Formats: sequence, structure tokens, C-alpha cells
Amino acid sequence: MTTATKASIPARVREREALAEVVVVSSTAPPPGLRKVPDHPFEVRKIRDDFPILQQRVHGKPLVYFDNAATTQKPQVVIDALWRYYTADNANIHRGVHLLSQRATQDYEDSRVKVQRFINAAHSHEVIFVRGATEGINLVAQSYGRKHVQADDEIILSTMEHHSNIVPWQMLCEEKGARLRIVPINDAGEILLEEYEKLLGPRTKLVSVVHVSNALGTVNPIRQIIEMAHRHNVPVLVDGAQAVPHLRVDVRDLDCDFYVFSGHKVYGPTGIGIVYGKADLLEAMPPYQGGGDMISSVTFEKTTYNTLPHKFEAGTPHIAGGIGLGVAIDYLNGVGLDRIAAHERELLAYATNALAGIPGLRIIGTAKEKAGVISFVLDDIHPHDIGQVLDNQGVAIRAGHHCAMPVMKRLGVPATARVSLALYNTEQEIDALVGGIQKVREVFQ
Amino acid sequence: MSDLRELYQEVILDHNKSPRNFRKLEGANRMAEGYNPLCGDHVTVYLHLEGDVIKDISFQGTGCAIAKASASIMTWHLKGKTKGEALLLFERFHQLVTGNRRTNLDPLEMEELDVFSGVSEFPVRVKCASLAWHALHAALEEREKPVSTL
Repeated sequence: MTTATKASIPARVREREALAEVVVVSSTAPPPGLRKVPDHPFEVRKIRDDFPILQQRVHGKPLVYFDNAATTQKPQVVIDALWRYYTADNANIHRGVHLLSQRATQDYEDSRVKVQRFINAAHSHEVIFVRGATEGINLVAQSYGRKHVQADDEIILSTMEHHSNIVPWQMLCEEKGARLRIVPINDAGEILLEEYEKLLGPRTKLVSVVHVSNALGTVNPIRQIIEMAHRHNVPVLVDGAQAVPHLRVDVRDLDCDFYVFSGHKVYGPTGIGIVYGKADLLEAMPPYQGGGDMISSVTFEKTTYNTLPHKFEAGTPHIAGGIGLGVAIDYLNGVGLDRIAAHERELLAYATNALAGIPGLRIIGTAKEKAGVISFVLDDIHPHDIGQVLDNQGVAIRAGHHCAMPVMKRLGVPATARVSLALYNTEQEIDALVGGIQKVREVFQ
Repeated sequence: MSDLRELYQEVILDHNKSPRNFRKLEGANRMAEGYNPLCGDHVTVYLHLEGDVIKDISFQGTGCAIAKASASIMTWHLKGKTKGEALLLFERFHQLVTGNRRTNLDPLEMEELDVFSGVSEFPVRVKCASLAWHALHAALEEREKPVSTL
């Protein structure tokens, strides 16, 4: 009880402090390297006011939204950006001479720069807009993978991958006659680095590994994983879908070769996501899809492809989504990434402590380094039933295998109940969750 | 809490806690698996058919309270029924949980199954309730591939 309770005190003290200005979201991001550190205190109630969806009641109870690993809610500024784009600026990009097209193009490309700064990429053309992390992995598999992976080659994944970081590689392996090698994990849900080391070899063509596990919350030692792969000249793709909302990600510091994430898990719209790739790798890769915008010239005899990033963005993209993602990033920078991480760390400690105190509750995934996620099982009550009763209490969680069936199998559970946190969650909400779980036990005693 | 009690009726909770006929059936001459890829729930239904009559029936597997209770009540209800009766009940059960009663039900016949009428208010749980029934259907029809609720 002690550590988390102590850790939670500063948050409560801060809540009582005078309210500072509402987060001001500027339409232009600060220049690279000059990310402004907000000087107002982190005020979670103020943050909650920015998210209109959180103001509602479900089943007569205040909504407690703990399914953030599935998708996060959107701040009003993001909702407004979508509305404003379709109301005032809607036009196709990269081709119109008219004003609307120029405005849309400008905002869309500004967003690319915001993403570049957000992940500290060296160039904005290393940032490719896609539909989401899933499409990002498919892009790398179909473009880089099909070019470089041949029969008997090997691709290394970890046991804790989401299906989206398994199936695209399986499809590639099937096509090429290549093999997947899987890095094992321990019972806490941590990657066994010494076993990983053994898998790396002359046949390894790529390592693709999750930064933060969506099922367990494990933060993987990604820098070390990359370093070890690079010693064998093997490039690494990092699935950052669950990392970007919780940690500051610096792709140059990590030295990853590819990094993918989804906009909707980081408070942006659905249908937009990012592939970061090192420019030299992207340059050498064939296009992923053919169509408009990705070409320089087309004749029936020959097509010349466009330069980066357009080579990988065939067809009219999700313009509003791209702009919305940029605004979401502005919002996060305005709140302060490090302060969000600190708030979530405190919440995770508070929640872990509170849940661990419930008799019959077992947390699945007890890695030393975790972020944002607590998976658990409760006696022999099925997670779906837990989720159903909690929903009735207004508490939204996820129940099931979390699209990560291999890790569920490894840890010996068919399914778990998963609580996943965001910057707007509070300790009071954790208390409501704990109360809800008591209700679950009452129903199924 | 009231609508939750509609879903989790006492009979359902009881069958969840102590499922009937929860075992592998020695001497089964029909069996089929049901699988819900959405949640990973899995059930195997075993039948011992003598001619047209279900002499014995059992199940095994993992699932939520609704899935488990539904399988349990199904086995409890179908013992001694004919294949034709079982197939008719399959249809009627499906109508019951989807809230889509097209035929006049014989109240006596459906009485024990009526505890699942609350499921129709929870669309995502329909597949839980019907998982074992789909496996039963496959076993009766001698389909070999595991049935999936998706």
C-alpha cells in the first residue's frame, strides 16, 4: 500500500494548487530543439475539460474510460481541427493552384513537420503518412521485406507482438520461403535478451519488435535490442503504437531503422498513422502502392516515381486525419510529454497497488519497466464477464486476448481484463474501478 | 444493476459455477468444436447418438459465464431429445438470443432456455450464448471443420 500511496500525494497536492491557464495550443509547433516546456502545473481536471466525451454518463454512472490502448479520446482542439478543415479548407493537396488547395497542402505538410519534431526524425521526408501502425508494418514488409528477404532468410519477432506485427511477416515468409524466429519472454513478460542474441545471425534480415506491449504494458529495452541487431547489420522496425502516447520517443537516439505508430492512439483521428524510416532505406525501397501523387511522370511504357515521402503515399491521403494528428501533437506538447509520462507513472503505480490488494486478482505482466497497461485475471471469472459488470458501473475496459494470442498462450491465460491509462485518467477513476471489481465478485461469488 | 440481472440470471450463474455434463464423453460417436475468435473462447460438444436419439451429451472448454452456462443448459436440456427436436431448438434458441422470435414458441419447451432472453439486450454476448449451440449443430450435421462464430 505504502509506495503508491506516497507517490500519489504530490498529484493530489498539485490538484489543489491554483489553476493555471488552459493549455494553449499554438497552430505552429516550436522550432526543432526548442520544444517549449510548459510552466503551468499539470492539472488533470483541467485536462479532462478538454475532452468532451469524458463529460458523459453511461448506465447512469460517470464514464470511466480505461480502454486507451484500444483508442484514446480526442481533445476538443482535434475535433475542431477536423471541423475547420472540412468547413473552411477542404481541397485536394499537392496539385491545386487554387487557394483552398494551397491551404490544405500547407496544413498537411506542416503536420508532417510536427510529426518529424515529435519523434525527432532528421528529415520531414522520413515521415510517411499511412492509415495506422498496421498499414505501416505492412508497408515495410511489402516494400523493404519483399526486396530484401529471400528463401531461408529469417525475421526475428518477440513473443509479445500484436497480431499486426506477426501476420504481415508470416505472409512475407510464406511468399519467400523465409522463417520467423521468436524471442522468448520470462514469466513477468520481459524479453530474454540473451536468447535474442542467439537468434541473431547471418540469415537474419530484419528484427521487428514492439516498443510497449499492448497486452502487458512491458516497455522493451528497445535501444539495446537495436544495438544488438546493428552489430549484425540487421535493421530494426519498432512498433510504437503503445509507446508514443506514454513515452518521449526519439528515433535518432534509438537509432531505429523504422518506427510505426497510429494517430488514434495518441489522441488524434482514426485512419491516420506514421511510418518513420531512415532516408537511405526509404530511398532504396520500391513503392508500396501505385497511383496518383507517388509518381513524377507516367507513360504507358514507363513511370518515374516521385521523391520521398510522396513515393509511399499513393492516392489522396487522409488529409483531415493528418492535420488532426498534427494538432494532437501540438496539444501533447502543450501539456508536456514528460509531465504526461510522470502523471501516468503515478497512476500506474497507484492502480497496480490498488488492484494487487484485491483478493483473487492476479496481474498478468509484471515487468520492471511498464507503461500505461495493467492486464489481470480475477479468480476464475472470465474477463468478458468482468468487462460486462464493469461496463454496468460505467467503467470501460477491454477483455480478451488483445490481438496478442501468442503471448496469452505463453503466460497460460486464454484472456485477460485490461485497464489502459491515458493522461486524463485520475486516481478517483482507479477507485471506481476497484469498487467495480468488488461488484464483479459479488455477482459471481 | 437491474439489466445486469437480466443477463446474469441466477440459473445462469449457477450453471456457470457448477456446469452440468462438463466432461469428455466416453463412447461419443459425434463431436464438434466451437471457437469464438473474437475472445478465444473454445468449446467441444460430444454426442452419443443412438439412431436419432441423443442418448448422452457433454461438453468441455473455456468461456465466459454466458458461454459456459449456455453449453451446460443445452446439454442438460437435450438429453433424450431427437436430432430433429434438437435442430428445431437450435433455431429457436438463436431467435431467442437475437431477440428475433419468428415462430410461436412452445412455452414449456423453451422454459429452461428462456433465461437467455436477456442476452438479446447485449448484442456482443449473442455469440457467447450461441457458441455451444453452433458446435452442437455441427456435430449433428457431422461437419468436421471447427465452427467459428465469426
